[in-house]
Amino acid sequence: MPYSPDKPSFFPAAGLTLILCAVWIFLSSGAERAAAGELPPAPQAGFPAPDFTLQTIEGETITLSDLAGRPVLVNLWASWCAPCRAEMPALQRTYERFKDSGFVVLAVNVTAQDSREAVEAFVSTHELTFPILLDPEGVVTSLYENRALPSSYFIRPDGVVSEVVIGGPMAEVLIVTRIETLFTIGAP
Amino acid sequence: MFPILQIGGLAIQVPGLLILLGIWLGLHTAERGAGRHGVPAETLYNLAFNAIIAAVVGARLAYAGLHLDAFIRSPLGLFSLRPELLDPLGGLAAGGLAFYIAVRRRSLDPGRVLDALTPLVAMLLIAIPVAHLAAGTGYGAPTELPWAVDVWGASRHPIQVYEILAATGIFAWFQYGPRIRNQTRISGVGFLNFLVISAAARVFLEAFRGDGLLIGPGFRLAQVAGWAIAAAGLAGLWALGRRAHEAVSE
Repeated sequence: MPYSPDKPSFFPAAGLTLILCAVWIFLSSGAERAAAGELPPAPQAGFPAPDFTLQTIEGETITLSDLAGRPVLVNLWASWCAPCRAEMPALQRTYERFKDSGFVVLAVNVTAQDSREAVEAFVSTHELTFPILLDPEGVVTSLYENRALPSSYFIRPDGVVSEVVIGGPMAEVLIVTRIETLFTIGAP
Repeated sequence: MFPILQIGGLAIQVPGLLILLGIWLGLHTAERGAGRHGVPAETLYNLAFNAIIAAVVGARLAYAGLHLDAFIRSPLGLFSLRPELLDPLGGLAAGGLAFYIAVRRRSLDPGRVLDALTPLVAMLLIAIPVAHLAAGTGYGAPTELPWAVDVWGASRHPIQVYEILAATGIFAWFQYGPRIRNQTRISGVGFLNFLVISAAARVFLEAFRGDGLLIGPGFRLAQVAGWAIAAAGLAGLWALGRRAHEAVSE
């Protein structure tokens, strides 16, 4: 065994291990904090959320960075995606509950793989009131390196991605607890 | 990165699948070597299985306890399959408690059981960075080294690969190293050695991670925790050695 407690070499080996570890902790401290301010935008927890501008189905233009100071949930979805459809009612309920506190849902439809007619029918059927953005060029799909639908990006008021949830459907309680977290951290 | 395996309409979370695979392989390996530690394979399997179930239930209940209002509004959330609704510390506490109670009830030597379970923990420590690699999480710090990989807008240490190599080396050493295989005189020594070496490896490798939590004047939380675990493991080894010495003297 590397550390045999019944041998005289135990104490020197144990002491040396702890001293070397402590020295390494000291030597390697601080560097990460120095680099933290230089993070590029990326669809990953801890990074600034990649900015985008899209139009809603009503024709309104929305830019993510204009929503700075408010917690945002960017949800990538398609009308043919069963788990996307399944989590939409929960998204609607949580939006209704938290919208007066400043919470925003941006439901980005991957229109490059969907049709505007299907989107409009889906929104009408489910009486969705949060902004439904159309992404016919796949801009957000590309920026957010999307690999599966639905994908949800919880963004703090300071514009930093708090958490990424890939796949669905998300339980309502998951959405609620993450929104509550967004309200408690990241205020600019 | 390969976070999702899409099979028709089914989206399988690859990281979760890899963790489950690691548990299964680790448990299988531990069962095969259980006899060497004087623990029946079936007993070991039952202990580990019950502890894992208790850990999952405990993790969910702990999470619900921390977000009671949300779960009172949506009680069905308790049965959600989402791993994001688990509290790791609550799971660790519940699994550990279930394991401790079961070991006491069966009057087993906890040291021997932990020695026998070492391959399970070791395999899990391989599976976790593999899962990180699949999810793109637990990424490395920026570097200019020639083997850097482009992740999240920068050239970074392939930290998950370092972690996989280190954990595989530790697993192989404890599983197949000839000196290790013959060392069963003091029960618990094998597990505590594994704990100390794995903690020391974490202290070393954490320096190359880019997403670690910092505390105080820039110390990495995982390194400090790793140092504390290594110190506790060495203290445990000293206590085991002292007890064995006293037993021989009597």
